[in-house]
Amino acid sequence: MPAARRRQPGKFALGVVAGLVFAFLMLPLLVVFPISVSSASYLQFPPPGFSWQWYVRFLEDVTWVESAIRSFKVALLCTALSMALGVPLSFALVRSRLRGMRLADRLVAAPIIVPNIIISIAIYSLFSKLQLIGVWYGIAIAHTILALPFVVILVSAGLRTFDEAQEQAAMGLGATWGVAVWRITLPQLRPSLIAAAFLAFVTSFDELVIAMFLSGASMTLPKKMFDNIMLEIDPTIAAVSVMQIVLACICLGAAALFGRGVVPGTPR
Amino acid sequence: MDLTLRGVVRRFGTVTALAGIDLDVAEGELLTILGPSGSGKTTLLKIVAGFEFPDEGTVHLGNSDVTVAPPRSRDVGMVFQNYALFPHMTVAQNVAFPLEMRRLAKPERERRVAEALALVELAEYGHRLPRQLSGGQQQRVALARAIVFKPRLLLLDEPFGALDRKLREAMQLEVRRLQRRLKLTTLFITHDQEEALILSDRIAVMSAGRIEQIGLPDDVYARPGTRFVADFVGESNLLDGVARSGAEAEAAGFGTVTLIAPAGAPGARATLLVRPEALRIGAPAAGLANRTTGTIIETVFLGLSVKLRLRLGTGLELLARLPLRPSEPFPLAEGDDVPIGFAPEDVHVIADAGR
Repeated sequence: MPAARRRQPGKFALGVVAGLVFAFLMLPLLVVFPISVSSASYLQFPPPGFSWQWYVRFLEDVTWVESAIRSFKVALLCTALSMALGVPLSFALVRSRLRGMRLADRLVAAPIIVPNIIISIAIYSLFSKLQLIGVWYGIAIAHTILALPFVVILVSAGLRTFDEAQEQAAMGLGATWGVAVWRITLPQLRPSLIAAAFLAFVTSFDELVIAMFLSGASMTLPKKMFDNIMLEIDPTIAAVSVMQIVLACICLGAAALFGRGVVPGTPR
Repeated sequence: MDLTLRGVVRRFGTVTALAGIDLDVAEGELLTILGPSGSGKTTLLKIVAGFEFPDEGTVHLGNSDVTVAPPRSRDVGMVFQNYALFPHMTVAQNVAFPLEMRRLAKPERERRVAEALALVELAEYGHRLPRQLSGGQQQRVALARAIVFKPRLLLLDEPFGALDRKLREAMQLEVRRLQRRLKLTTLFITHDQEEALILSDRIAVMSAGRIEQIGLPDDVYARPGTRFVADFVGESNLLDGVARSGAEAEAAGFGTVTLIAPAGAPGARATLLVRPEALRIGAPAAGLANRTTGTIIETVFLGLSVKLRLRLGTGLELLARLPLRPSEPFPLAEGDDVPIGFAPEDVHVIADAGR
């Protein structure tokens, strides 16, 4: 098998390019991780020695932990909101035969195209009237605007490949449309739903610009990291990054585990 | 009547999919809607199932008006073209679904599921997933799911299309047996005229949103009411004719055809139908009232019979189908000039009413 592969220069070149791209994407990790366990008190590479001190400092600093918890809450609420809005919206966009649906379908991606800073300014002026500045759920609502397009794009793509006859079959067998969707359609869209929820979560958890405008004193983790860089540069930020990366990997792993295919394992 | 449609009309924009359908299906009857694609048969099915609603007319199931009722309250079991089994559920869960929707208690549910699976000879397969079954088995699951809740009406939407020929024939007979045994009122949709002839108590032939003819399979085949039905159901020789006085007509490219009764007022146009199996070729043609000669231009062997394409001196082509006996060699060959004949009682006259 490897011998056969070596005879195809095209495949070999592809492998080399893919490897280089992979290395390019992975190199930052190779820097960040060693720095996060550095014994030095400033960013130095390679680190002079090993120490958990920056993780300890993170956990001992109430403002770090608070902002991390806040980011979690914001990201979870954002995920819940964008799923609650995005899934029905996907059904409307895919199934409705109303005029203008095609246009609406295109417009869904608008928040991805409009620069974040523009969105932030717009939201800021609106939210200041609504007194949503400086509260964590305000940030979550604003993040929902950014996360919604990802949810809609993923879920409607899944929905488009779904055989609608199954829903009709369920209704013919006595289900209401709601029950048919809940029992038949959504379980089969699970991979799309999990991917969408994951993207929504990460979009919010990672977001800085909107958080800078809206968070005020109640900082999210990206905002805290940004402030940390402005004031003092120490490897705490590397430790935080590593923890974020680990979290993302856990989420991805879980998504891969629960989102694989439509069928839950083969019963024996 | 178990299913009654009166004046059902359905339009999509400027297209009229159904142009006034009247239909009665009796209790325990298997009625086939036969038509080419685009004839409106799928729209008709959707209206009966409740996935579409008519613009005009009414649909009754038994005594209840279900014209605008949602599918779930109709009590109609349907087998979809591609079965529409739920791939994330086991066979037993699939079959249990309609019972669950009817809130049957679990022991009763399990009893009925086992009963339905036994009925389609899949008792041992309840724990499998649909994709672990063959096409024929999947179809039997779909059938079990459609009848497990004892529906008032069974709808079959071209259910045999995806099966290979042998399996298809076996499934057709199985469905027929089950339908008779359970006395299920059944509406069967197909474009396959052979299938319709095999399965049906009655056949309704559809074209362009109308029912062209409704009757026993034998009636529809032997005594089609319109040229379309004659052409669509089975193979046919259709001759353009003009009625003469007495039991005779003048057929284009053939000449005078003797009939058993007048084809209409002298001078009236009519279509003369002669089925290929009614043509006699060679010696058997002697002595028949309608005779001519022609050349065999093609022979197709079909196992039990042979199909001949014949060309007359006038350029008219006729199809003949002769039975074959394995023990005797077939005496005719392409290029042979042969006598052709048919009896007056084998000519069916279709008066030209518009078509």
